[in-house]
Amino acid sequence: MSALLQVQELSKRFGGFVALDSIDLEVQPGERLGLIGPNGSGKSTLVNCICGTLQNETGTVQFDGHPVDGLAAHERTHRGLARSFQLPRPFPSLTLADNLRVPMLYTVHSRSGPLHAENIEARCAELLQMVGLAKKARQRPRDLTQVEMRKLELARAMAAEPKLLIADESMAGLSHSEIEDILALLVRLNESGITVILIEHIMTAVMSFSQRLAVLVSGKKIADGKPQDVVRDPEVVRAYLGQ
Amino acid sequence: MLPFTLISVTVAIGLFLLIRMPNIEYLFVAAYTIVQYVVLTTAWNILGGYTGYVNFGSAAFFALGAYSSVALATFANQLDELVPESIAPMLHLIFPLSIPVLIVIGGVVSGIVGLGMGYLTLRLRGAFFAIATLAMAVVLQTLVVNWEFVGGSSGAYIVRPGEFPGLGSYMQYLFALMLALAVLALVTARAIERSRLGYGFAAIRDDELAAEASGVPTLRLKLIATTLSGTLMGMAGAPFPYYIGYLQPQSAFSLEYAVNSIAMPMIGGTMSWVGPLVGTLLLGTLQQTANVTISSAVNLLLVGLLLIGFVIVAPNGIVGLVQDRLRARRAK
Repeated sequence: MSALLQVQELSKRFGGFVALDSIDLEVQPGERLGLIGPNGSGKSTLVNCICGTLQNETGTVQFDGHPVDGLAAHERTHRGLARSFQLPRPFPSLTLADNLRVPMLYTVHSRSGPLHAENIEARCAELLQMVGLAKKARQRPRDLTQVEMRKLELARAMAAEPKLLIADESMAGLSHSEIEDILALLVRLNESGITVILIEHIMTAVMSFSQRLAVLVSGKKIADGKPQDVVRDPEVVRAYLGQ
Repeated sequence: MLPFTLISVTVAIGLFLLIRMPNIEYLFVAAYTIVQYVVLTTAWNILGGYTGYVNFGSAAFFALGAYSSVALATFANQLDELVPESIAPMLHLIFPLSIPVLIVIGGVVSGIVGLGMGYLTLRLRGAFFAIATLAMAVVLQTLVVNWEFVGGSSGAYIVRPGEFPGLGSYMQYLFALMLALAVLALVTARAIERSRLGYGFAAIRDDELAAEASGVPTLRLKLIATTLSGTLMGMAGAPFPYYIGYLQPQSAFSLEYAVNSIAMPMIGGTMSWVGPLVGTLLLGTLQQTANVTISSAVNLLLVGLLLIGFVIVAPNGIVGLVQDRLRARRAK
């Protein structure tokens, strides 16, 4: 089977600072990949390069068999690449339902033709139900708690009906039970056929979720493999704990 | 959309007949200015309110429409000197152009400039975008001041016909045209608000990065907004030389247009088409009343004071204030 996402020798520099140095990464369809690394190791930069928020200088990103280099972020979203942001970025002036309506109108609409108003309503309700926000459909994001905001962020990414979902630290700062909540949600999404890349600091969450684990340190990928093996890798231990 | 169009047209016709009743020509002159501002502010709000890009160059788009008309009228006057004798008779059939045609042309010119400005400046955000639009207005004014054909810095006279057949004075005709434009602007704005485009605009206003990640082609949408906004402003400006009779750069590029186009929607509320309409009717009427009762110089002072008041009391404008009250009552 060919990879859903294939990143080859991707590099990104900010002036003299090398944020990503020749990264190779493959993700198979249906996989649950965990991506970890210390602060400033380039995880978010990698996400931004994959999603088109930033353009990489060298290397290629292939998604679903086609190169997506040079495509704007919205075009990549159209092709089935969705992300959530590390700090939730809802549309504050729109209701929760309308927050989900935007990706539906712009992504699903241009992919598979015009949607009927009732279909959109139904799909919004369904997604909000899934993340447990159905009762607040007509409220605005400012009325939400932190964990609800994360859920909205995931629901909005899901509204674009992606093939690959990249969840960028969607659990940071949440309590133990809230983390469980989000994890269960991500597993459910994965079971419905969506490939998930989870970027996270919370090791228990990453370990229980990931089928495979990749580690970034200072812009380099230093390990990639089964979670149990990776966390025992001496290089990874050194990166996290120091010598 | 159709019912709304019908209602707007009915209201416009009713308004026209109402103003016609007392048979005071000045009423048309005053009402024209207010309705012209309805078009300008509604146009401004498509870019400034819906997508959140504050345009300080409204006067420039307005002036482009006005000067397109001046250029075409001057061309019509000097036709015989400007073109070879062989094609002059043919052009005489077309020129002088009627005002509805001038409105369309003014709209096209301003729309193209809007598109160009959008392309050059939309990578800028917030205050930087606003400053760039202001700079564009200054550059365009300098060009017009140095363009002798349209009168340069000394301005151009436009002789308007005394009567319009079937309607009475020409002022009434101009007012009727401006009313039609206002209906067009309001119907367009309302249609955008409730469409896919409107949700895209709102997403851009709220968070451009998230909008892009949600699949919204932000650059294309912003270009649509600047073009639409510019077109409507140009259309509002096209009949202006016929209204004023004598057009000079200082009056066409007047700061008053730029300031009012921003202040009126801010006071009314920028989130929906109702806001600019309410703000313009309130502030415009106040200004016109002040014009005749106090002095014309008090206009901008009024705008300034009201704006300060509203920023403190109702930062989301009158419409926002009413909506908040309604929501609070419903919550009880």
